[in-house]
Amino acid sequence: MLGKLSLDAIPLHEPIIMGTGVVVALGGLVVLALLTRYRLWGYLWKEWITSVDHKKIGVMYFILGLVMLLRGFADAIMMRTQQAMAAGGAEGYLPPHHYDQIFTAHGVIMIFFVATPFILGLMNVVVPLQLGARDVAFPFVNSLGFWLSAMGAILVMISMWVGDFAATGWVAYPPLSELGYSPTTGVDYFIWSLQISGLGTTLAGVNFVATIFKMRAPGMNLMKMPVFCWTALITNILIVAIFPVLTATLAMLAADRYLGMHFFTNELGGNAMMYINLIWIWGHPEVYVLILPCFGVYSEVIATFSGKPLFGYKSMVYATSSIGVLSFMVWLHHFFTMGSGANVNAFFGIMTTIISIPTGVKLFNWLFTMYRGRIRFHSATLWTIGFMVTFAVGGMTGVLLAVPGADFVLHNSLFLVAHFHNVIIGGVVYGCLAGMSFWFPKVFGFTLNEFWGKVSFWCWLIGYWLAFTPLYVLGFMGMTRRMNHYDMPEWQPWLQVALVGAIIVGLGILAILIQLYVSIRDREQNRDVTGDPWDARSLEWSRPSPVPFYNFAHVPEITSLEQHWENKEKGRVEVRRYEDIHMPKNTGAGFLISVWSFILCFALVWHMWLIAGASLVATIITFILRTYDRDTDYWVPADEVARIEGAWHASMKEAA
Amino acid sequence: MNMHSPAVSGGHHPRDHDHGHDSGSTTVLGFWIYLMSDCLIFCSLFATFGVLAESYAGGPTGRELFDLPYVGAETVLLLISSFTFGMANLNMNAARTRKVIRWLAITFLFGAAFIGMEINEFAHLVAEGAGPGRSAFLSAYFTLVGTHGLHVTSGLIWLAVMIDQTRRFGLDAVVRRRLACLSLFWHFLDLIWICVFTFVYLHGVL
Repeated sequence: MLGKLSLDAIPLHEPIIMGTGVVVALGGLVVLALLTRYRLWGYLWKEWITSVDHKKIGVMYFILGLVMLLRGFADAIMMRTQQAMAAGGAEGYLPPHHYDQIFTAHGVIMIFFVATPFILGLMNVVVPLQLGARDVAFPFVNSLGFWLSAMGAILVMISMWVGDFAATGWVAYPPLSELGYSPTTGVDYFIWSLQISGLGTTLAGVNFVATIFKMRAPGMNLMKMPVFCWTALITNILIVAIFPVLTATLAMLAADRYLGMHFFTNELGGNAMMYINLIWIWGHPEVYVLILPCFGVYSEVIATFSGKPLFGYKSMVYATSSIGVLSFMVWLHHFFTMGSGANVNAFFGIMTTIISIPTGVKLFNWLFTMYRGRIRFHSATLWTIGFMVTFAVGGMTGVLLAVPGADFVLHNSLFLVAHFHNVIIGGVVYGCLAGMSFWFPKVFGFTLNEFWGKVSFWCWLIGYWLAFTPLYVLGFMGMTRRMNHYDMPEWQPWLQVALVGAIIVGLGILAILIQLYVSIRDREQNRDVTGDPWDARSLEWSRPSPVPFYNFAHVPEITSLEQHWENKEKGRVEVRRYEDIHMPKNTGAGFLISVWSFILCFALVWHMWLIAGASLVATIITFILRTYDRDTDYWVPADEVARIEGAWHASMKEAA
Repeated sequence: MNMHSPAVSGGHHPRDHDHGHDSGSTTVLGFWIYLMSDCLIFCSLFATFGVLAESYAGGPTGRELFDLPYVGAETVLLLISSFTFGMANLNMNAARTRKVIRWLAITFLFGAAFIGMEINEFAHLVAEGAGPGRSAFLSAYFTLVGTHGLHVTSGLIWLAVMIDQTRRFGLDAVVRRRLACLSLFWHFLDLIWICVFTFVYLHGVL
């Protein structure tokens, strides 16, 4: 019944893990108690858990990302501390098996449960609003996708206290990740948490591609679509194209581990290099999945805060699209050392350098957008400028790594670690935080505190450079990644500097939390009554903040790439005659299905076949029952719309 | 076009023209996109099979294992089921509910027969000592063919649900939309099977 699960699975002998466990459990109890005390369970269920509103789902994605960022960062600071200590005979404080789990969990969490939720959250909030749509194409699927991702995150968290996590590195290369070398449940947690969250991401991808193709407001042809939506479109096409490959690859690894098959084993004809090819056919486009929407954010931010239209809109669109295509032709640069031969390596090396060209085009577009603009240094602008500086360096070290000869020297070294943190922190994290400060008022109706936003920016910028520049140096000095301890005393000072940098990044994260707290506390002073706090350009700013649940009282008619700006210029006003609006009803089905799937995955990890079977059946039955529910939508009466719109008009008049 | 009231157009749309969610064509497009992503799962499995097709590890080869006439019979069953689904579709367009149900049921029977034959084939192979753990080739074979089989099985469950929903709700917009998606799914699986038949069985035997 309980398979391999027993009390031995709880690592009672690990004081660090158990200490964290106690803190998390106490924190959880406090939250539960508060929820009960203030009778918020019903509110939570009705307004959030069952919500199919894309804005709320976007917010939940963002909260998931922020919570997991804390966990991922805790892993990072532990690794930095360990490496700053464990020089020349010293062992540090983390035993190797625990350390290996930490760097694996750090990578998995940061990519799948921080960066991915952040960009999905941004797209959820922004894309329908920019398209002039009232919701995404499939609101129920949207809710389902989010909850599946959240369950994946919970599974990763549970692995900390029940059993262990993979100790293989975040892409779990076989044969190390095969049963023979990783006999514990760690890799199984890895597999099932990524399968369940990957399914959620695929659903989100399908949803957004359909939304962008089908739900644009009348008159908005593709070349009148805001750049953020373009980047979202390409990103979601990439998601739809690559996540199935991840699913298939992990399924094959699971087949090896569960059914005794031989895809990637050393025995009976298995081929481990095939896994490495497959995982990077997913993995390389995945980094573009993460970065492209952030490019979109920067484009929106820089145009708004420079007070100018984006320079080179068309070239931005073509650059984004060509990055999308090229991203499929570079995967082999992750393993030049495999030995595919000079010609193959040369091809992938050249393709990799080529992909930096459209990215360069974008950089110049942003610079030219700023040129002769009236730049306002809002924190979103700072993130954007910080990104341009940081990312350019990361791009250049990437081009350096794209040279196979150089890669043979730098492969698996800290130089590589520095490179991808350079582009992911400097690109994705900055972009998501810029997006957060930019669109926050649109969702919540008040702006974020600028002081703490800027503190956070400077901490992140300085912290990043302090933490990762030494890693570039250490890479050249020959230090490989994922080392638990080392004999070279001359590495230690660099690693100590890196630890200081990581602590400063930690202060940046703390500043975000303070910023959220202060902003919520002072929300009355920072109300956004007009709905357009930044004097911005695209459609979402034509609506009140927070946007009413139906988004648009009238479906807008699009005549311009910067519709809202044009309306402001020409002084157009909305007609105040309202109609009934068709909206989807909330449903708990997505949450319920995800809970069953979570039980299914947990049971599979621990080989509890009976429970696994039962929860699989429950998943399918819940889904089928949902298809029998014919009462999935409703009409918002015109009077209600008039009331909500009227309140907004009144408050604007009052403010003016 | 009235340039000065860009926001007024909502007023011109009657209810059923609402620029809202989940209209039929959007669902079918979304389902297409899903199918393409599913297709990439099969692409990965085909590619893997291609790499491992000769990794017999001293075990049996395709030539020794595959019984072409038997697989041919399976293929015919699945192709006929696609035809019968087409009949269901034609009747749906003509709004003949009872005939739709009948043809869907016939499709179900053919699909179930296909799955029965496949299970039988797998059982035989395992009994002969040619199970999925015998060699990388057999792992790839069982996973590729089995994934297709799992898809057909999901299709069967879906068919059963749709038979019931057609009976219960009649051919309303929702049922039609779902039948359109199921039809895409079913033909898609046929297409995949033709590739399986060609690249796995024919290529393995010839």
